[in-house]
Amino acid sequence: MPAVSKGDGMRGLAVFISDIRNCKSKEAEIKRINKELANIRSKFKGDKALDGYSKKKYVCKLLFIFLLGHDIDFGHMEAVNLLSSNKYTEKQIGYLFISVLVNSNSELIRLINNAIKNDLSSRNPTFMCLALHCIANVGSREMAEAFASEIPRILVAGDTMDSVKQSAALCLLRLYKTSPDLVLMGEWTSRVVHLLNDQHMGVVTAAISLITCLSQKNPDEFKTCVSLAVSRLSRIVSSASTDLQDYTYYFVPAPWLSCKLLRLLQCYPPPEDGAVKGRLVECLETILNKAQEPPKSKKVQHSNAKNAILFEAISLIIHYDSEPNLLVRACNQLGQFLQHRETNLRYLALESMCTLASSEFSHEAVKTHIETVINALKTERDVSVRQRAADLLYAMCDRSNAKQIVAEMLSYLETADYSIREEMVLKVAILAEKYAVDYSWYVDTILNLIRIAGDYVSEEVWYRVIQIVINRDDVQGYAAKTVFEALQAPACHENMVKVGGYILGEFGNLIAGDPRSSPLVQFNLLHSKFHLCSVPTRALLLSAYIKFINLFPETKATIQEVLRCDSQIRNSDVELQQRAVEYLKLSSIASTDVLATVLEEMPPFPERESSILAKLKKKKGPGAVSVTELDDGKREAGELNGGGDRGPDTAAMAASNASTPSPSADLLGIRSAAPVGAAQTNAGSLLVDVFSDSGPAAPSAAVNDDGFLSSAPPSEDPAPPLSEADELLNKFVCKNNGVLFENQLLQIGIKSEYRQNLGRMYLFYGNKTSVQFASFTTTVSCPGELHKPVEPLVEGGAQIQQVLNIECITDFSDAPLLNIKFSRYGGALQNLTLKLPVTINKFFQPTEMSSSDFFQRWKQLSQPQQEAQKIFKANHSMDTEVLKAKLLGLGTALLDNIDPNPENYVCAGVIQTKSQQIGCLLRLEPNAQAQMYRLTLRCSKDTVSKRLCELLAQQF
Amino acid sequence: MVCTDNIDFTIPLQPAADRRMIKFVLMVNRQGQTRLSRYYHSVELSRRAALEADVVRYCLSRKKDQCSFVEYKDFKVVYRQYAALYIVVGITDSENELSIYELVHNFVEVLDKYFSRVIMFNLDRVHIILDEMIQNGHIVETNKSRILAPLTAIDKMVES
Repeated sequence: MPAVSKGDGMRGLAVFISDIRNCKSKEAEIKRINKELANIRSKFKGDKALDGYSKKKYVCKLLFIFLLGHDIDFGHMEAVNLLSSNKYTEKQIGYLFISVLVNSNSELIRLINNAIKNDLSSRNPTFMCLALHCIANVGSREMAEAFASEIPRILVAGDTMDSVKQSAALCLLRLYKTSPDLVLMGEWTSRVVHLLNDQHMGVVTAAISLITCLSQKNPDEFKTCVSLAVSRLSRIVSSASTDLQDYTYYFVPAPWLSCKLLRLLQCYPPPEDGAVKGRLVECLETILNKAQEPPKSKKVQHSNAKNAILFEAISLIIHYDSEPNLLVRACNQLGQFLQHRETNLRYLALESMCTLASSEFSHEAVKTHIETVINALKTERDVSVRQRAADLLYAMCDRSNAKQIVAEMLSYLETADYSIREEMVLKVAILAEKYAVDYSWYVDTILNLIRIAGDYVSEEVWYRVIQIVINRDDVQGYAAKTVFEALQAPACHENMVKVGGYILGEFGNLIAGDPRSSPLVQFNLLHSKFHLCSVPTRALLLSAYIKFINLFPETKATIQEVLRCDSQIRNSDVELQQRAVEYLKLSSIASTDVLATVLEEMPPFPERESSILAKLKKKKGPGAVSVTELDDGKREAGELNGGGDRGPDTAAMAASNASTPSPSADLLGIRSAAPVGAAQTNAGSLLVDVFSDSGPAAPSAAVNDDGFLSSAPPSEDPAPPLSEADELLNKFVCKNNGVLFENQLLQIGIKSEYRQNLGRMYLFYGNKTSVQFASFTTTVSCPGELHKPVEPLVEGGAQIQQVLNIECITDFSDAPLLNIKFSRYGGALQNLTLKLPVTINKFFQPTEMSSSDFFQRWKQLSQPQQEAQKIFKANHSMDTEVLKAKLLGLGTALLDNIDPNPENYVCAGVIQTKSQQIGCLLRLEPNAQAQMYRLTLRCSKDTVSKRLCELLAQQF
Repeated sequence: MVCTDNIDFTIPLQPAADRRMIKFVLMVNRQGQTRLSRYYHSVELSRRAALEADVVRYCLSRKKDQCSFVEYKDFKVVYRQYAALYIVVGITDSENELSIYELVHNFVEVLDKYFSRVIMFNLDRVHIILDEMIQNGHIVETNKSRILAPLTAIDKMVES
């Protein structure tokens, strides 16, 4: 192998990289990079005849700069040019740049597709691989349309080189994922499955990824892969490591391929064919046996590779869940790992055992390791390992060991990492309820939880303990006594006060016989906490007081005095004031009978699934949704029309009726001035219809714990739009997808598509925190109307989606507003207003036309108010490709060979509104020396010219 | 009334989560500077820097005796340290951690075999190597000589 010299001859690149490496500070690095960017930009602009080598060098530099974390907004065209080079290294850099920097929405796709087409037909395997890599990396719809039928042919053709087959398999996988409708496997299915038999192991490795994905979607069509995978696996497992020389890694035969085969088998139930099943069981036994054999090498790589296969085999055994013998062996093996000196192995063993615990065959075997696991919870130095230990304890818990496990988890909670406390609290609460033999143990456990980790006890947990106490009369007296004792502590958590207030209010009479907990003592104890509590807790305590008046008439005078004082009946919080006033009156006027009826003991709660369990499931469910990817379930939810105020709709319709729709297919220049009436209806002329993906769910009550800190309640009115709302809006004039808004709490992403005068917008609200957002509501107004419902709760780390359907009734200037309100558990109400990036140009239909047509229409639109012009300084790159991309993003057709000056750009399009079509012509004249632009718009409607001009001036 | 049912919107909704794959590969130095990054799922450019900084800070802060697998948000991170260089791989929850851990080592051995000097000067070649090993988030080749085949071919062309 030749020793590679610095930069492979690209000296400029080597020097630049050296410079960067020698930079002492971030500032110096940025300075050096900016200098280089300016240099490259001038090189790309200046000398038209840049040779391939220089282009490669500069593109390579840009790539390097990008990899250092700087945004690159030019050079795409040069990279595309490199694709057509005949030199491998140039072509390779071009493809690399494109696959790293070009996303699937790029306007360059058509050019790239051409280059790819050439390379695919070149019969040069290295070129073909590059092209296939590129398709696999970019994977856009256009690429799928162009190549989806070609790739399977390449994949299965007899004369295709192995390396090309590998790339083709992964390429097809990508296209299948992005555009499954275009990849028709039908006739290819059997030949693709037979790639599992390919003599080349690399081809098998690549093909398995494709087959695994396809069989997850169409298990029946691909089920022949099971027997092929088993025989392939069997050949690998039973071979001596020397047989597979090329694919042996530290004496382990083909570890990655084995893992992938075992993974593929996990897409299917155990093989029905007895012979196949026998062979597979034999393989799994061999893998388990090998774990016990002395290692063939002392190197950690050897044991890691071997164990990678072992863990995958155990996953398969657990997946089948039908071979008690194998399950118990797996469990014993993992048990050994629990005490291994490698932290990685202990982590994986705990994780894997967690799934074993749920199998009826191995549950008991898992339980035998309880002491080791408890020890891990106490002594592991790594929080992620301790977390796994806690998970495993939860999974192995049953009636026989619940008390021990709950006690251990409680004592761990005292010192547990903050990051896992909330989950631990939920788990303890669930186990305590699920395996409670006597309810006094349950009550003790929950009160302990509140005492130890009160901050992490969510509402669900303390609601639940109250539900249970109310429903079981055998525990009520004990609960009252225990909570009374817990409240004696000088500093007790507010959640304890809530539980105490509620329980004593209902069942204080059960302990009132003891002079140490007489009614007045109980009341004084509760009231001593009152002033330190938040508004909701104080409201709860006031209710407890009125219940006391009913339960214990002797406390009436004292409590009335408390209610009567100014801080209660004149409290600035309306809820507290109302309760104080009403309770005071009720206690003075109502007869004992009425009082007893009104304040009767609460009725039992319906028995249903524990709300805490639901919460934990949401938090850590099997279908946990990733932040970036959508949950299918949510997406499929019916698009129920949320209903609501239709008033503005009518207004918009009325406004549109005022204008004259023209049936003419001739688009431009015919209709001159628009009716005067419509011009004034800009606001509210866009109808936004909100569809909820969740159906009308009742928003849960917001608990605003900050209430007592600020005397004024938080405003319920939508906040005024953010100061940067216009700036955010401008980001989306030329694009439809992206992140609209992001702060520390919330991220709002947008995907939208427009067709004629209709649009559909997907809004993704992501909760960036680890705590739930409650009362999450969104309201769209355009401006001055519409409404809500999204899922009212957004879990920590989760994302919810909302779909808006949009129709453009007539032209408009003001973007619709999106108001978002939510409260964070324990935080203030958040109220945020943004502008939805719906701008008039979204309803553009591009119009291609000849030069003569263009000028004829340009002349027709010659009334002074039809033209809008602006001269402004360039704010962004003046790079040709960037400009072109922006103009195309605008939605118009970019017309070539029309303007006599080739530096200028002209575009044409028609804005589709429900009431009319508005023809628009655009001309953009850049002046590179002065870094200025002149922008001219001529539209058949004056308001549109003006608005487009304003919008576009911000874009260049 | 708005009726949009008759319109065939073709917004490609994101594919359902691929259950098992590599999400990204990063090479980072001890100062936390990214020297190479490769993403196999779409992450907005603007979010990459934040993600990298976050993940890397987390890995750098860990001690030798801590485990090499870290749960990060909705995915897992497998990392391995070689002197001043960290290699960090993001994977989906169900990916086999140990096999990825060794894949990193295999990758480093390939780099060792090929480069005699600082690899910073040959990032394009590191990319070629990585692309030979992982495509689209899936392992495609693990045999060292075959991984290096395209580079060997280029070097032969240059020499002749």
